Amino acid sequence: MNAIILSAVWGVVMMFCGVFIKSKSLPKYIAVAGLSIIIIVNIIELISGNSCFHFQTNDMIRTNSFNLLFITIALGCTLIYFLLSGSEIEKVGPHVGEYFALIFFVLCGVAIAATFNTLLMLFIGIEIISIPLYILTGSDKRNLKSNEAALKYFLMGAFSTGILLMGIAFIYGGNPNASFYIDKIQIGMGEMPVMIAVGLLFILVAMSFKVSAAPFHFWTPDVYDGAPTVFTSFMSTIVKVAGFFAFIRLFEYSFGVIQDQWQRLIVVITIATLLIGNITAVFQQSVKRMMAYSSIAQAGFMLLALFALNDKAKEGILLYSAAYSLATIGFFGILTKMEDYTIDGFNGLAKEQPLLGFAATIFLLSLTGIPLTAGFQSKFFMLMAAVQNGHQFWLVIAAVLFAAISAYYYFRVIQAIYFKEATQPVTQANSVTTPFKIMLVVIVALILIIGIYPEIIIGWMYR
Amino acid sequence: MGNYFTFPDLLIWLPLLAAVFCFIAKTEKNAKTTAMLFSLVILAVSVSTLFFANDTKYINYNYVNYVWLKYLGANYFIGLDGLGRLLTLLSALGFPLIFLATSKSNFKNPAKFYGLMMLTQAGLMGVFMAFDALTFYFFWELALIPVYFLSSQWGGEKRIQATFKFFVYTFAGSLLMLIGIIYVYLHTDARVFGDGTISAHSFSLSSFYSASLSPDEQNGLFVLFFLAFAIKMPIFPFHTWQPEAYDQSPTAVTMVLSGIMVKMGLFGVIRWLIPIFPAVSPELKNGVIFLSVISIVYASCVAMMQDNIKRLVAYSSIAHIGLMCAAIFAMDQISIQGVMLQMFNHGINIIGMWIVVDIIERKTGAKKISQLSGLAASAPVLTILFLIIAFANIALPLTNAFTGEFLMFSGLYNYNKWMAAIAGIGIIISAVYTLNMVQKVFYGSVNAVTKEVNDVSLNEKMALIIIVCLIFFIGIYPQPLIDLTKDAVNNLLLRIK
Repeated sequence: MNAIILSAVWGVVMMFCGVFIKSKSLPKYIAVAGLSIIIIVNIIELISGNSCFHFQTNDMIRTNSFNLLFITIALGCTLIYFLLSGSEIEKVGPHVGEYFALIFFVLCGVAIAATFNTLLMLFIGIEIISIPLYILTGSDKRNLKSNEAALKYFLMGAFSTGILLMGIAFIYGGNPNASFYIDKIQIGMGEMPVMIAVGLLFILVAMSFKVSAAPFHFWTPDVYDGAPTVFTSFMSTIVKVAGFFAFIRLFEYSFGVIQDQWQRLIVVITIATLLIGNITAVFQQSVKRMMAYSSIAQAGFMLLALFALNDKAKEGILLYSAAYSLATIGFFGILTKMEDYTIDGFNGLAKEQPLLGFAATIFLLSLTGIPLTAGFQSKFFMLMAAVQNGHQFWLVIAAVLFAAISAYYYFRVIQAIYFKEATQPVTQANSVTTPFKIMLVVIVALILIIGIYPEIIIGWMYR
Repeated sequence: MGNYFTFPDLLIWLPLLAAVFCFIAKTEKNAKTTAMLFSLVILAVSVSTLFFANDTKYINYNYVNYVWLKYLGANYFIGLDGLGRLLTLLSALGFPLIFLATSKSNFKNPAKFYGLMMLTQAGLMGVFMAFDALTFYFFWELALIPVYFLSSQWGGEKRIQATFKFFVYTFAGSLLMLIGIIYVYLHTDARVFGDGTISAHSFSLSSFYSASLSPDEQNGLFVLFFLAFAIKMPIFPFHTWQPEAYDQSPTAVTMVLSGIMVKMGLFGVIRWLIPIFPAVSPELKNGVIFLSVISIVYASCVAMMQDNIKRLVAYSSIAHIGLMCAAIFAMDQISIQGVMLQMFNHGINIIGMWIVVDIIERKTGAKKISQLSGLAASAPVLTILFLIIAFANIALPLTNAFTGEFLMFSGLYNYNKWMAAIAGIGIIISAVYTLNMVQKVFYGSVNAVTKEVNDVSLNEKMALIIIVCLIFFIGIYPQPLIDLTKDAVNNLLLRIK
């Protein structure tokens, strides 16, 4: 509750900052301060269980340690993102305050999507996430690619939202309880009623679209590639894992009892996502586009949580959110400093900027899932969840083989960083500042700490 | 001592500390000296573990067990038993030898090179001492990463592709093993910790041994684990990464790969694979032996046809590993004893082979047998030392490999006469190609390439003499090594029966 209200309020504050403050760097500090407050208040709520605000919500929002922890992770990653890439946001355009405001609104949506207890709140949460993102995608107004991406994202996103709403209507209609509450959707153990089945299918499609699971991923590469790189970093991490969290929450509470009826669909989607994400990423020359496909591939791994839907899966999705977001935010942070976004543009990075080269390597190793990094722990928990589920053992084997393929494209960048010679300046002149380097070290340290001792995150669930 | 620090601690932390010192070393000399000194200290520690083998008296010295992930039932549990002692000794012995023999080569960025080498040693030590599946998997992968960077940065022309092939192969294998580990883990009993907390399952080796798995499950999981180990060894048909990786890596790394790292695969089979899945079907065992025997014969034949010296040694190594793998799965007391012995011997001999190959390549610039002739005239000391190592490679009596191979063959013979006979062909071929190489490279008339060569330098001579001494010592008196691993052999046999 705290996070929802405070982030909406702070979004408004940031809007006014945009109007009244002429300085370009001040909004960043205000945003960091506000976000820090929200995180602290949220952690207090996580520990004590009491919110600062009491509203009559008719139980449409329900918090527990699991989703509060997720919100904390999302907010924490955003804070790191602000600290690392805040100065890049300032470079996108003149409306700095508004960009931060939009990000705060997205965070409000993230908090709703993590705590919803009715289908309506789910819809509202997803929409509050999406609409600011359409604007952020097109925020580089003079750039044709950014405009194209925003339009594409908006059209496709609006379409999928429509499908989501239609699915919700079908579920409501088919529910004998005539209720929107996610735990009051009555489905017998036998064959699904047609209305429910159609509704479930529609919701599945719409949510798959939001988390860019194949075959509903076609918008992802273009949008991620076209949006300003700083915002791609935000979109492909915090927003995406929030979508997953909502996806899992909904399917666990509403359709958990009939899991065996839709599990096969998830298997198909998972395999398709892993296949398309990994295989296409191999052929990319632009690192930014490669990261777009890699985010599809990582989504495939996160879908294993939806497939398994047990305790390990919940822990896994928390770890995955943290591990994937940290590594991707860090890597995109480095990417924004590069002269050239192709893989050859990374040639000789380690020589010119040893720290950046090392950090990028750790991020890529974490995305690959090498032990000692957070990425390993998250993949490990996902695999454990899927094995524990007991069905479709071959899916797990396919998933790890795809993980081995993912090593191919991640290591191509590592090879460029360390083993190839630069022919031109690798990073933009004077772009790498000391605070940026310090943040990189912090992220690397976090990745290693989570990699060695993941209970630092999941331990909070069982307080 | 056991209260403050233990042998496993020392064997892990000393290499890590050395790596840190190497990374921050300013000059090449500093890095080299640090690596050399630390590896000698590690060797001293490793040798002294041999005198504290009595577990009833010194159990505190030999095992370290910290709670790591309580909630999952995973401990950081490392320790030394007979098998661990043998292999940690091998890697503790291998690194100083490698540093000594390659001290003349100049590496770009020496600080990084020696730092990564020491990291590799830490990873290897961890693999050989792990008693907890998750710890084992961590170290198993961690040994791979520094080697990847070493080979890709300092290797030959096609190093990046070759090393990457090696990496992807082993990474895929270990991920499959990870699934196997998870599956077994989910079938283990609860683990009770010292403070009374209980986790639903456990990663400890002993609970893996007692996991309740049906024979069908055991067969499936056996395949998952075996793939990881077979790729690491490597066994036909998973060997295709190996000749290229050996050829393209810098020689120091090739020595680590072929002398010590391949033992990870064999070690995995002995410590993890066979004891966890004792009820695996005889068909699978036969299949493994069949693949191993194919490995032996095929690799020997390919080695016979090779003109490139490095590739010849690489293929000869595949043949030797194949024999060891077959001998393990013969599951006979004699053959397993032979494997233990031979793991150590092979490590020493192959490092010796690589040292000589490296010397030849460095001094003449020639990589092919056909380019060389009459080296004996200009380098007599090298010739004599190499001749002895070559004899050990073909397991002539009085050399260390003879005892090991004799034991392995008698075990294999007990298991199946035909398999032993076919594997024997491999040994004969190995004599053919080794002696053929010796004859062509060292004898005959001196040609333009070999005319100007001077004999071995002091460092190289020392390294080779140490190896030759070990070859003779173990060849004549192998009993200490056999005593060392007796308990490991008996434990393994108890699990099978």
